[in-house]
Amino acid sequence: MHTPDYRYYVESYLMNPLIAIEHIGRTVVKGIEELGFATVLLVQAVFWIFVGSFKKQPVRVSAVFLQMMQIGVAAVPIVAILSFAVGIMLAIQGIHTLRVFGAERQVVYGIALSVVREFGPLITGILVAGRTGSALAARIGTMRVSQEVDALKVMGINPVRYLVSPVLVAMLIMLPSLTFLANLAGLFGGAVFSVAELGMSFTAYADRCYSILTTDDLAQGLIKSLVFAVIIALVGVTNGFRVTGGAEGVGRSTTRSVVLSISFIVIADMIFTYFLNR
Amino acid sequence: MRKVKQNDRKAMIRVSDLVTHYGERKILDGLDLTVFEGEILVIMGGSGSGKSTLLNHLLGLLTPTSGTIELLGMDFTHASAGNKQLLRRYMGMAFQNGALFSSMTLAENIQLPMREHTNLPQSTMDILTQMKLEVVNLGGFENLMPSELSGGMIKRAALARAIALDPELLFFDEPSAGLDPIVAAELDQLILRLRDGLQMTMVVVTHELDSAFTIADRIVVLDKGKIVFNGSVEAIRECPHETVVALINRQPQEQNQADSDAFIERLLN
Repeated sequence: MHTPDYRYYVESYLMNPLIAIEHIGRTVVKGIEELGFATVLLVQAVFWIFVGSFKKQPVRVSAVFLQMMQIGVAAVPIVAILSFAVGIMLAIQGIHTLRVFGAERQVVYGIALSVVREFGPLITGILVAGRTGSALAARIGTMRVSQEVDALKVMGINPVRYLVSPVLVAMLIMLPSLTFLANLAGLFGGAVFSVAELGMSFTAYADRCYSILTTDDLAQGLIKSLVFAVIIALVGVTNGFRVTGGAEGVGRSTTRSVVLSISFIVIADMIFTYFLNR
Repeated sequence: MRKVKQNDRKAMIRVSDLVTHYGERKILDGLDLTVFEGEILVIMGGSGSGKSTLLNHLLGLLTPTSGTIELLGMDFTHASAGNKQLLRRYMGMAFQNGALFSSMTLAENIQLPMREHTNLPQSTMDILTQMKLEVVNLGGFENLMPSELSGGMIKRAALARAIALDPELLFFDEPSAGLDPIVAAELDQLILRLRDGLQMTMVVVTHELDSAFTIADRIVVLDKGKIVFNGSVEAIRECPHETVVALINRQPQEQNQADSDAFIERLLN
């Protein structure tokens, strides 16, 4: 792949606007094609989860557990540490802002709601996208390049059933679990700073959190994490299956997968937050 | 009733009037081919002759534009997903670069087809795995990862995985490519032993002449999507067709013979 010569594009666009329109058209068509491919993958993956065992192609529980280990359990330390840090950060900023009104003790309100409704799922989503989205694209891309996907097909093993379905199930279980963990770590981070700064007791902080938070707040975060789970799994495997051009192609797909899934997560977060709060 | 074929031999693969395209480009052009039980058919041809495409169609990895492929007397091209799945149990394929699953040990690689197609207990699968590995002279290597194997070992391991379910049809892509002459010769002997011992029907795609002449019962030469030769090893040496002569004498073929019009057209495009 050579890098596109932007000056050439700009000059040709200026000379002939039709070229620009053609370029936009091609990009749109490509995007729609890819979206269609991803949709088909999702439908097939769900199909195999439910129908696989009747067609003698069950989605293996062991494969699901293996993915759960790699996606979820292995990510526990980093999710916990980062959420803890975000909790502290929220406490610092919150206290700084509320001091203007002399209402520092109301900081628990801000921390509890923003961690559970927003930062827990978002931090988890972005982290898992970085860890697993890239790994998925790289793994499936490499398997395609080295004909391992073909080998699966020849053996009569549906690649979607074997490679995609377990990931999807594992994601849907582990992302909400990790989000819940991130919520706890974030709240704890906020507690540590608030206790140190404001001299309130841990018990008082926990009591406040408990009375502020409702099931709705928690559910909102967890529902969003389910959406993120589908996004990460789908963007990762779509990019993996569309790898062309050897090792370099795998690298390109991996990068693309991370950038795309993080972008989609942030955008989806915005949209869902809007609708869930109407 | 189908007419009884020559020598009363059963046709394991029957390709009729296969036409395939890659985008706009026609790759295979009305191909007819029959492979009989217990024979080793070698498909030869230069790069771009369509031999890999033919193999991919036989494996059901691609869908043809028109024509049919029958495997074991069943229409493979138009078979339902369930029947395709059933047929695949009787097919084995050893890929050029092995295509072993890099995240699994050798034993797990060989056991994957068993796990997916049978309900054998683990202990039986372990014994079968040992036996398959002994067949390809890899006994004792079952716990190694594919990345720890040499080129020749990978080809043999791929073969062991391909014969895991004792298939009736075995496909082999470039068995001796990238191997030193001694290992390549050993692999040829292994292929012959497998055919004699297990009565498998084999389709081998290769461009190594020595290897082809050693293992082939019949050789098919493809050129530009058509079969230009179909016959025995003895017959190929006498074949007057220029592509075949060039192939077995390793002569470079003169390409792009002075088609000046086409050249200018390409230049001006």
